[in-house]
Amino acid sequence: MEPEVRLLDENKRRLDGRAVDELRPIKIEAGVLNRADGSAYLEWGGNKVLAAVYGPREAHPRHRQDPARALVQCRYNMAAFSVSDRKRPGPDRRSVEISKVVSEALGHVVFKEQFPRTSVDVFIEVLQAEAGTRCAGLTAAAVAMADAGIPMRDLVVSCAAGKADGTLLLDLGKEEDNLGEADLPVAIVPRTGEIVLLQMDGHLTPEELETSLKSAIDACHKIYEIQKDALRRRYAVTTEHGGAPPPPKEPETEADTPPTTEEPKPEEVEAPEPVVPETQEGE
Amino acid sequence: MAVKVVSELTRNHIHRLAADGKRVDGRGPDEYRPLKIEKGFVGSAEGSARVHLGKTEVLVGIKMDFGEPYADSPNKGVLITAAELIPMASPDFEAGPPREKAIELARVVDRGIRQTKTVDLEKLCIEPGEKVWLLFMDMHILDYDGNLFDACSYGVLGGLSNTIVPASRLEAEDYPLEIQHQPLSVTAAKIGNAIFLDPSLQEEQVADARLTVATDENGDVRAMQKGLNGSFTFDEIKEIVDRARKAGGELRKQIVG
Repeated sequence: MEPEVRLLDENKRRLDGRAVDELRPIKIEAGVLNRADGSAYLEWGGNKVLAAVYGPREAHPRHRQDPARALVQCRYNMAAFSVSDRKRPGPDRRSVEISKVVSEALGHVVFKEQFPRTSVDVFIEVLQAEAGTRCAGLTAAAVAMADAGIPMRDLVVSCAAGKADGTLLLDLGKEEDNLGEADLPVAIVPRTGEIVLLQMDGHLTPEELETSLKSAIDACHKIYEIQKDALRRRYAVTTEHGGAPPPPKEPETEADTPPTTEEPKPEEVEAPEPVVPETQEGE
Repeated sequence: MAVKVVSELTRNHIHRLAADGKRVDGRGPDEYRPLKIEKGFVGSAEGSARVHLGKTEVLVGIKMDFGEPYADSPNKGVLITAAELIPMASPDFEAGPPREKAIELARVVDRGIRQTKTVDLEKLCIEPGEKVWLLFMDMHILDYDGNLFDACSYGVLGGLSNTIVPASRLEAEDYPLEIQHQPLSVTAAKIGNAIFLDPSLQEEQVADARLTVATDENGDVRAMQKGLNGSFTFDEIKEIVDRARKAGGELRKQIVG
């Protein structure tokens, strides 16, 4: 005897006022921790997640080392106070599984061959949870890895789609996740569209699955822009004038006709075409 | 688990074959290894099934006991799934508490059973809020030659289908457990650009990515899990779901009969 709960009103608006294909608000900040090599803080609806990256550093225990490449090892953890009923601290089966699939997804983009025998250690801490924490954690972890300067092909970005109240929905909220019919977390490499994480539980027809997968992928591309923006803000050049990026010193139009009254800058003096190496190579 | 080293010769050989759509043991891309299910192998369990999938062998035991329900579902029985990768099954398995591979295996199999509502948990309620049946599904891996997800999924379904609820402990008649749906897991491995169902151990070791899809008897999708470092394209996912539905239909006949 399931209680009758309506998750959508007659205009297909959701409990929190979102449209069916609308994401919750997302905010990402890169470089928020001191000791970690890279870090990121992410808010996604009611989710608050921190990610930190250490490495590449020597892999421990040593028998786990791979002589040919780096390991990417992720630990997903939920704080005891992150959910309404206190969660027993420490890894449970759910977090072990999430750690595994997130490690595999992140591992796909790292140039692992450059760092044999090492480990890139990724720590995801869910401080406050409200459905979709694995997607939030993975999205934050990718930013933290970029912040740590780990050589990567691209970021990884994640979002879930699903079904609740008989309707396909993007980015399920808390009630939609608890009472819904299906959940489909997806992670992609945006530049290639490769799918690196895919889980599903619930009940979807093959057609619904295809539609949901498509909408999760579309949303990933939007979140990718938020990730890149966080990294840009972190690494934007600041000046003593108060943090604004410096004005462009040499507009591109002037580069072709340097002003004759000024001394040419040192870089411009060194600019003759390097023809010498070309001719030497012929020998 | 220590890093498994696969010789370059083997790896290249499997990849070269895969580029022509061929497999190292001569199977077709969607061809399963011979499946043998022996139900009721363990007399001390309420239900059981011993599964041979090629050279992979697993034994699934179903045990039932009573206990308290979860606070948020006072009128439902409880499903508990566990997998043990015991050291006799492979030189790569170590003794000790379940590690991530065993946990993922148990959780993916559990998801297929749970999401398909294979067992009506409300019928496992004895006294709401007080006493319900606990249904334990334990998977014992005896010999590991690849594709544990599917072998265990078939074992659990086979085991459940011959489970007798020991109601005589409650001064009632024992009765067979009712199976409402038949979820069937189909696992695909991607090797280069080729996608093969029911990967053997050799194929798993060189595979780039893995996808397990559980479908019900209507061909609807109930659970999925992607694994390994590689990736799938959107079209590959669609194709695997399609192939999984077809293969699942064939396999279901063999398991439930």
